[in-house]
Amino acid sequence: MSTLAIHNARVIDPALGRDGIADIVIVDGRIARVGPNEGDAVIEADRIDATGLVVTPGFVDLHTHLREPGFEYKETIASGTLAAARGGFTTVCAMPNTMPVLDSRAAVESVLREAESSGHVRVLPVGCITAGRAGKELSPAGELARAGVVALTDDGDAVGDASLMRHALEYSTVFGLPVAQHCEDPALVRDGHMHEGWVATRLGLRGRPASAEETMVARDIALAELAGAHLHIQHVSTAGSVAIIRAARARGARVTAEVTPHHLTLTHEEVAFGSSTDFRSIVYNANAKVNPPLREQVDVEACIAALRDGVIDAVATDHAPHAVSDKQLEFDLAAAGISGIETAFGLLMTLVHSGQIELPTLIERLTAGPVRAWRLDRLPGLEGIGTLAPGALGDLVILDPNAEWVVDPTEFASMGKNTPLTGRTLRGRVMATVYGGKVVHALEGLAV
Amino acid sequence: MTTTTVPPIESTKPASEGAWRHQHVLDLDDFGRDEIETVLNLTDRMREVLDRRIARVPALRGHTVVNLFYEASTRTRASFELAGKVLGADVISLTASASSVVKGESLIDTVRTIRAMGSDVIVMRHSSAGAPYLASEQIGTGSIVNAGDGAHAHPTQALLDLYTMRKHFGDLTGKRVVMVGDISHSRVARSDMWGLAAMGAEVVVCGPPTLLPRGLRVGDRPAHAETGLPRVRVETDITKAIEGAHVVMALRLQNERQQGGLLPSMHEYALQYQVTAARLAHAHPEHLLMHPGPKNEGIEIAGDVASGQHSIIEEQVTNGVAVRAALLYLLCGGTATEALR
Repeated sequence: MSTLAIHNARVIDPALGRDGIADIVIVDGRIARVGPNEGDAVIEADRIDATGLVVTPGFVDLHTHLREPGFEYKETIASGTLAAARGGFTTVCAMPNTMPVLDSRAAVESVLREAESSGHVRVLPVGCITAGRAGKELSPAGELARAGVVALTDDGDAVGDASLMRHALEYSTVFGLPVAQHCEDPALVRDGHMHEGWVATRLGLRGRPASAEETMVARDIALAELAGAHLHIQHVSTAGSVAIIRAARARGARVTAEVTPHHLTLTHEEVAFGSSTDFRSIVYNANAKVNPPLREQVDVEACIAALRDGVIDAVATDHAPHAVSDKQLEFDLAAAGISGIETAFGLLMTLVHSGQIELPTLIERLTAGPVRAWRLDRLPGLEGIGTLAPGALGDLVILDPNAEWVVDPTEFASMGKNTPLTGRTLRGRVMATVYGGKVVHALEGLAV
Repeated sequence: MTTTTVPPIESTKPASEGAWRHQHVLDLDDFGRDEIETVLNLTDRMREVLDRRIARVPALRGHTVVNLFYEASTRTRASFELAGKVLGADVISLTASASSVVKGESLIDTVRTIRAMGSDVIVMRHSSAGAPYLASEQIGTGSIVNAGDGAHAHPTQALLDLYTMRKHFGDLTGKRVVMVGDISHSRVARSDMWGLAAMGAEVVVCGPPTLLPRGLRVGDRPAHAETGLPRVRVETDITKAIEGAHVVMALRLQNERQQGGLLPSMHEYALQYQVTAARLAHAHPEHLLMHPGPKNEGIEIAGDVASGQHSIIEEQVTNGVAVRAALLYLLCGGTATEALR
């Protein structure tokens, strides 16, 4: 019998509405007791003093690129899940744009096997919507569901064919799988490399207009309502999308949504100017190249408001690690994506420190929010995911909301060093992560 | 012919006459008016050299200029070759294929290799916007000159345009310059806008809405970003745009725009936006007609006006060699005080 006692933390458990000082006792990988001084009653235990720190359920990421199988030079299940642990995530939903893609039972099972042997946190695979991720025919959703996928997506690309998308939504209802769409109309973003706006004009780059996302969000919501299916909008990035989703939810459509830390905090100006407001000279920062692209301040503000009021259910990282050789290229040839799972919490805390969102609300969108969005707690073995109720999974994270640190990608556990945040000081740090009762990440200096 | 020597490439000595602060020439967005004037004044001297019976001075003897062209170009490449040769530099022209990326040689490898061979200036043309920036970040010492990057910038074309206009007007302050055509895809228009704005000219751009980039109108970008692009007036009606213009510049229209669904047809474009004598009747009586070339007569510009009395298109080409010679000279450490006798 192994016991872990965490003492004197501010425990925030949004699923239970709890926010107060308490001890947490984990026995044999499950939450045993939560309450003031509960840890003192335990005689033999590993102990962590969390005085002055915040403890929450382990974060759940609905959108992670682990790259394995096929792109192990960018990231592996081992390195990606260690990065997740460092970022406070105890559950990651692995995107299927691997090689081979996750459109068969064999491919899904290979990911689960590798995660079992080398993973540091829980990996929930996501299957393809279309066979081969080619956008032509449906993938075998039933076979994939049985193999253990928790949702379907062709992420990286949208399903452009409206009729095929309609059928994918209809068919998904048999298995209760959310259909998650990367909403960018392929015709409208062709050859585009950043947000279409004044910065793209300055850089002479073809843009990806906000309307490319908004038209597809609107289209897919209409199709989901027709099909009676659950549609999930991945990485919402524009004010227009927020307005469309808000209206759909108000009339009861089964649509959920996520937003990334970078779309909540950075704008298209990042690509050319970094955090500078001196517009005299430019750079082409491929580490700020991501799809959907970083947008404008009005979009950032709309996304924050939607996250705050629950129109967007979850923060998802869209952790997209790439090798230096994928990024250190001409901007239009460089791969899109940000290695973001280790900077997520610190970056999100800028919203708390600036008063734009309350800490308990932010924690909800990292824990209970994503669980509710995809109903992950309905799955066998995942009862009690995203909460610290007695009997729940022993997944939790210890946070210091005020610790300052400087982003240095050479220190990332992720093989992907592609972040636009290099050198930036963030306030808010993941001190330790506990997965299934075991400490999978702990910073030095944490009082044990 | 007497000779002068220029300081070695390592020299950090500031130009004693005329401002010059650049290691690389990537665009005109970070040029002050003082620096542009340094280049234009030196271009005058280069013109004198070019007008000699034997147009050669050994000012850059021992220096190496490498033309690294990832995109086809006849005139810009020839112009840089001549500019280097006039000053006695060794000039090597390499035609690289953007597809060499596929073969595993990245742009960065190529640029570092060329630099390691001892080049002083790499003149680079590339179909990807920003490619010279990537090169400049990796090169350490030595210089990169942008000879056109995608739809982004073409600063040496802009400098020769400014020089040509200044030759005729003396001062560009308050002069109205109208660019007509495919603004979206035009690197010439982007660099000209910066250069003209720095020189105090009034800039008007005109084209169909499908060929106008987003955010150019001041009201189309947030207040804090007002200085993020040069101040220009945007028109879709060519008659209104040309009204009172001192300079009208027609931009080349690529055939691909029709296939891309941006234009109904070349014929329709000519009907709406061709620079014609009738339309130029609304310009200032002393107006100049320019074109960065190569031109499609009968599409963006009428044949008779292209070779008419207001046209200074050929002059642009001659000035191109001089302005590029001036830039090479400055980048190799030459100063404007040293006579090019």
